[in-house]
Amino acid sequence: MRPYSALDVLWNGLTGQRGWTRAWRDRAPRPAYDVVIVGGGGHGLATAYYLARNHGLRRVAVLERGLIGQGNAGRNTTIVRSNYMLPGNREFYEHTLKLWEGLSQELNYNLMFSQRGHLALSFDPGFRDAFARRYNTMRMTGADGRWLSRSEVQARAPYLDWSQSARFPIEGGFLQQRAGTARHDALVWGFARAADARGVHIVQNCEVTGFLREGGAIVGVETSRGEIRAEKVALAVAGSTGPLAAKAGLGKLPLETHKLQAFVTEPLKPIVHQVISSARQGLFYMSQSDKGGVVFGGEIDGHPSYAQRGGLETYSEVMSKAVSLAPFLARTRLLRQWAGVVDMSMDGSPFITPTPIPGLYFNAGWNYGGFKATPASGWCYAHTIAHDAPHELNAAFSLDRFARGRELDEEAAGPVPRLH
Amino acid sequence: MRLTCPFCGPRDVAEFVYEGPFSGAPQTERPALSAAPAAWVEAVFLRDQPRGETRELWRHLHGCGCFLDVLRDTLTHEVRAVAFADPADAAAMRAKP
Repeated sequence: MRPYSALDVLWNGLTGQRGWTRAWRDRAPRPAYDVVIVGGGGHGLATAYYLARNHGLRRVAVLERGLIGQGNAGRNTTIVRSNYMLPGNREFYEHTLKLWEGLSQELNYNLMFSQRGHLALSFDPGFRDAFARRYNTMRMTGADGRWLSRSEVQARAPYLDWSQSARFPIEGGFLQQRAGTARHDALVWGFARAADARGVHIVQNCEVTGFLREGGAIVGVETSRGEIRAEKVALAVAGSTGPLAAKAGLGKLPLETHKLQAFVTEPLKPIVHQVISSARQGLFYMSQSDKGGVVFGGEIDGHPSYAQRGGLETYSEVMSKAVSLAPFLARTRLLRQWAGVVDMSMDGSPFITPTPIPGLYFNAGWNYGGFKATPASGWCYAHTIAHDAPHELNAAFSLDRFARGRELDEEAAGPVPRLH
Repeated sequence: MRLTCPFCGPRDVAEFVYEGPFSGAPQTERPALSAAPAAWVEAVFLRDQPRGETRELWRHLHGCGCFLDVLRDTLTHEVRAVAFADPADAAAMRAKP
């Protein structure tokens, strides 16, 4: 892999852009690997990269049913933050933010990571107290965050509804300045290129249809491109976790599969200078992409679904939230709307863990928050696969935590996925 | 998506709340109080992930309030059947003059 450089860009600009080569190779599958990762999204590719970089594994394949990055990696709202409070979550998400801060350099790929800040709006004393506790905890455990008064929020976000007639008057907000946004496709391609350079095979259009077993162990996968044997098989398939885990024999899981919509407006001049989130009218979050579109979303549709298609009732609810919070959005045109299939866990926290089945590893349950977690998810999953045991950063993300009374319920919402 | 409530007729899905999987037993699907912890963990936290036809418990929260037994497809969003989940509701409907 030849590293990209400013000189490269200049030279190719002068010579008709003829010097660029493929960023990564589209491989045909080999009959056997040390590790097969199922799912070529951000998490799967990051895992492959860290298996090669941190643990020296070279015979690693990432199998993707379609094209890499075409699932939730290409459907999210690209927000990166680490404002988590519970032990088990906060260290993990702060680790992911720290990885993000050096990742463009490390991968030699511009992830367009912009630490423009994440602002959680406060509308009432109850929220302020709960989030003061959360942000104080973050500050004591190594993350950043601080309270902004109403006038400080207004100075940063004058486009919100500050009028006397605002449906939900804003009284202030909590800022995490190191949070921000990144380019989702670049994350996928950056990890794919860096993994490929270290010998990882990226195999596209290769759907896993079943598992090879010997004794009680899983020793490979059946795919649409033939059988592939592997010492270790690692799932990273987000919304497809349920059906694949059932084939693997994992049985019932602490997950429900839902659909989550996202929206983007026509490109506007820069106006939303940070990530805005609100929990007052139900969940709402927005940011502005570098192309100018205001990207926003709300809650999941509320019932299990595998259709990558959202319902009108949630669509109109998100629009009403958007307009009540930022009235200028009523005058913009909506350019696109889409939905992704998300694996909602029963406590709102993820899983990165070995499984009771030898040879099978499990990564799922990312709810709304999988994009920001991608680097640390890959980092921890690679450790878990290489050592057959979780790293301390993902020790809490086990499948049996519900049976042990150790659920990680950041929102204190109970075992109801639509409330997380 | 619309559900046809047996009491109220066809209504927008926004009026309803999804409550969880349903097996056709009376409206609460809880294990006995004396059941082993594992049975409670399964009932509270563990789910099948049906891709295709599924049977679920819904409630017409912003309507008649009845619990409903819904047969639905998670891949196509087609709603195949909606009935009262509680036999008492069905009996009350039949007894209506």
